Amino acid sequence: MASLPKPDELAGINYNPPRTGWRDTPVEFRRGTYCYGAKPKNLEAVGLPNPRDWSPEDQDWKLPENWKEIILEGLRERLGRFRSLQIFMDACVRCGACADKCHFFIGSGDPRNMPVLRAELLRSVYRRDFTTAGKIFGKLAGARDLTEEVLKEWYYYFFQCTECRRCSVFCPFGIDTAEITILARELLNLVGCNIDWIAAPVANCYRTGNHLGIQPHAFKDMIDFCTEDIEKVTGVKVEPTFNRKGAEVLFITPSGDVFADPGTYTLMGYLMLFHEIGLDYTFSTYASDGGNFGLFTSHEMMKRLNAKMYAEAGRLGVKWILGGECGHMWRVIHQYMGTMNGPADFLEEPVSPITGTRFEHARSTKMIHIAEFTADLIRHNKVKLDPGRNNHLKVTFHDPRNTSRAMGLFEEPRYVLRSVCNHFREMPENTIREQTFCCGSGAGLNTDEYLEMRLRGGFPRANAVRYVHEKYGVNTVACVCAIDRAVLPTLMDYWVPGVGVAGLHELVGNALVMQGENDRTTDLRGNPLHGREEGEDV
Amino acid sequence: MSFFFGVVVPYAALITFFAGLVYRVVKWARAPVPFRIPTTCGQQKSLPWIKASKFDNPSSTAGVVGRIALEALLFRSLFRNTRAEKVSWQGGPKLAYRWEKWLWLAALSFHWSFLIIFLRHLRFFTAPVPSLIRLIDGVDGFLRVGAQGLFITDVLILVAVTYLFLRRVVLPQVRYISLPSDYFPPLLILSLALSGVLMRYFFRVDVTAVKELAMGLVTFHPKVPEGIGVLFYIHLFLVGSLFACFPFSKLVHMAGIFLTPTRNLPNDSRANRHIDPWDYPVKIHPYEMYEQEFGKKMAEAGLPVEKRWM
Amino acid sequence: MYNARPVIIGLAVFIGLTTFPIWRALEKAAPAPEPELDTPAIQQMPEKLCVEATPTMRARHMQLLGDWRAGVVRDGRTVYAGQAGKKYEMSLQKTCLKCHANKDKFCDQCHDYAGVQPDCWTCHIAPGENKP
Repeated sequence: MASLPKPDELAGINYNPPRTGWRDTPVEFRRGTYCYGAKPKNLEAVGLPNPRDWSPEDQDWKLPENWKEIILEGLRERLGRFRSLQIFMDACVRCGACADKCHFFIGSGDPRNMPVLRAELLRSVYRRDFTTAGKIFGKLAGARDLTEEVLKEWYYYFFQCTECRRCSVFCPFGIDTAEITILARELLNLVGCNIDWIAAPVANCYRTGNHLGIQPHAFKDMIDFCTEDIEKVTGVKVEPTFNRKGAEVLFITPSGDVFADPGTYTLMGYLMLFHEIGLDYTFSTYASDGGNFGLFTSHEMMKRLNAKMYAEAGRLGVKWILGGECGHMWRVIHQYMGTMNGPADFLEEPVSPITGTRFEHARSTKMIHIAEFTADLIRHNKVKLDPGRNNHLKVTFHDPRNTSRAMGLFEEPRYVLRSVCNHFREMPENTIREQTFCCGSGAGLNTDEYLEMRLRGGFPRANAVRYVHEKYGVNTVACVCAIDRAVLPTLMDYWVPGVGVAGLHELVGNALVMQGENDRTTDLRGNPLHGREEGEDV
Repeated sequence: MSFFFGVVVPYAALITFFAGLVYRVVKWARAPVPFRIPTTCGQQKSLPWIKASKFDNPSSTAGVVGRIALEALLFRSLFRNTRAEKVSWQGGPKLAYRWEKWLWLAALSFHWSFLIIFLRHLRFFTAPVPSLIRLIDGVDGFLRVGAQGLFITDVLILVAVTYLFLRRVVLPQVRYISLPSDYFPPLLILSLALSGVLMRYFFRVDVTAVKELAMGLVTFHPKVPEGIGVLFYIHLFLVGSLFACFPFSKLVHMAGIFLTPTRNLPNDSRANRHIDPWDYPVKIHPYEMYEQEFGKKMAEAGLPVEKRWM
Repeated sequence: MYNARPVIIGLAVFIGLTTFPIWRALEKAAPAPEPELDTPAIQQMPEKLCVEATPTMRARHMQLLGDWRAGVVRDGRTVYAGQAGKKYEMSLQKTCLKCHANKDKFCDQCHDYAGVQPDCWTCHIAPGENKP
């Protein structure tokens, strides 16, 4: 990997556009700012076209001979299938309101990271071949031919968008760059131009049920390992079950929670909570990941990977599904799953067995978010919490892009957070809720070869954390997203050293008072609890 | 010649406008909305004790109507606009988000002025003039310069369009994203407004004759009265050009704002199943194949399996 | 077509509203005005001449009146040299309305037709209107 510049150098961003117009500025594939091409075995595993050994730095991308036809035919087909695409191609007035809303633009100053220009990359080709004005006036109307250079530009910039939808919040016509990026990536996939960091998890997920390729026995081992850690901290033995038929609830969380710190602490939180309330639930090793990198590949791939969730719920005969903390997983569940793989008539409308609350807003999809579930528990005083156990943490909350702008999950996690910790501070209002900044590594871009760009994209988020860090001494970013938990630590170490990252249910786990537990002296990570030794009472 | 500019041009422009607009909207509508993808800009409707955001994250048709109305009438989304700025700070660079409502203000003034001016012009196309139109005319024109009435919208539209045009020319980033075709509408509308202002305040034309021409068009008995100044025909030609290019340029955003799937759908996809009309079966990896591959390991690890593996 | 109902209704409403003048003209369409010149004062004129030529008067009379007003009130000018060098007193009531004594058949004809709401009559009195 290329050597990484210091934060001060990286933040020396020039927002003045270059002298040459964007159409005349070739793309430079510089290490740290692009992702490696998909390896043939990963494309073959799921039957994606044009598997081959290649690198974006190569001159020859080994495209199929009729690649142009394939792309244009693909575009025509998608224009017929997605009204969104047609309107987003036609309605933009280039007012520029979106320009400085993109974290990649703010962090890089590259004008093609302005959402309007990212869309123009595709729009220019659309105009040439699909509009009267473009056919007649050509360049004057903003049309251009599809060439290999254009395709390379697409690859570079459509894998430099995290589909976070922040621009869409500000666009007067709601033009959603995420939708454009999703469809542009579909087109790129038609000629085999995916990135390996997406293709490999997709291949894994298809076969093993999770992106990390964890096999069933290993999945069980990893969770069992967490139960041992829980016993060490609390003295309570929790006993999760796997692939158990007849359970009331199927619990699906991103596999990142099972795999590595700090996600595992969040997993411990889930396990403790479920044990304490006596939830009749099961994990599945087959539906062992709610995350769905198919979303970053194509609608079809999203559907293929998502199918296992309902299938497994049906096979196990559960009543409904509970989903863990994850961003893009929830984009898929909330906006696509019911349409793609429903109707889930064999399931029941989710009802909390503890509080009796009917989750009517999920009556069709039959799946609820754990923040909704836990907020309801706390509201009904069904769990005993000691927020003082999180007193060593000064917490702020990072809204994941997907649950914010493709769902609207704002108050539920905040309610839980306020109930489980005493020190909670919001970041500035332009950087939270629907205006939240993405971590900069979402949509399949959380790979190490892309670190420079990730740090650039994460700069606005880190900047807001730094504000509360310096003003209020915030030392923990809480989040409800597995990718955030995987990438924010790196981002914080680089931009705001001294700030850690925790899942919401890790903090729940810390605060949860369990029956028969030891006197807790540490949090789930083994860090001593603040003020415990002074006998602080709560 | 005046028959061409006075009758042929306006009819041709209007036919192009309506036919083009219908064509465009029907073309959009022929493509389905396969997925429910509203951009949510507020709290979802979930638990009863959490206050949901009615318009920014609508859960019902009424909420959607409110959301679209806020967008179309008040430019709700554009109102959120801010300007990101890098400022130096002790210990390194920092980002700040500045107040920036000028774009919203100019856009809103421009569009509302245009609408009011359009409505005011209906006094040329209706006889007798409906009282609502007279009222709009009276309110808009209540200012006096000397004995001359001054329409507020005339001033606003000139200022707003000039601002929107200059912004495109002066701000480096906006200039960078602008296409040649982006300069055309503001310039066209500026000329249109200027020719109208000249006609109203400086070089008068015979308004009664203009109205006779307009009424001739409306009643499909076109006639071209003598002695209308050339300035009027310039004005009419410009408005004809605007209407004719409307459906084939970015000006269709007027229709687009009502059809954009990120704004015109309720965020209720977990409560009501949205149907994708072109949904097709896909190749999946069923549990049987999964157990086929991992069954033995599963059985050894004590995981429940469907078949006997040991 | 998908969502045909709302789309068609939307288009129909839009087209219906924007073509409103056409529908209305089917029902009501006032004929073009013919301002009447038949007043005793005009009848008696040997040569029927207004202050300026008719096309000028039709297009610009409001500006002329504005100029007169400014001339009289601000600059103390009271005499206007009209077409063919003829002199007129710059006065709406004493000059214009002397000939055009029939406001309702002359002024109002075009003003009503074009939907114009002039301020003249907030101060000035039209002939025959000061009778109880």
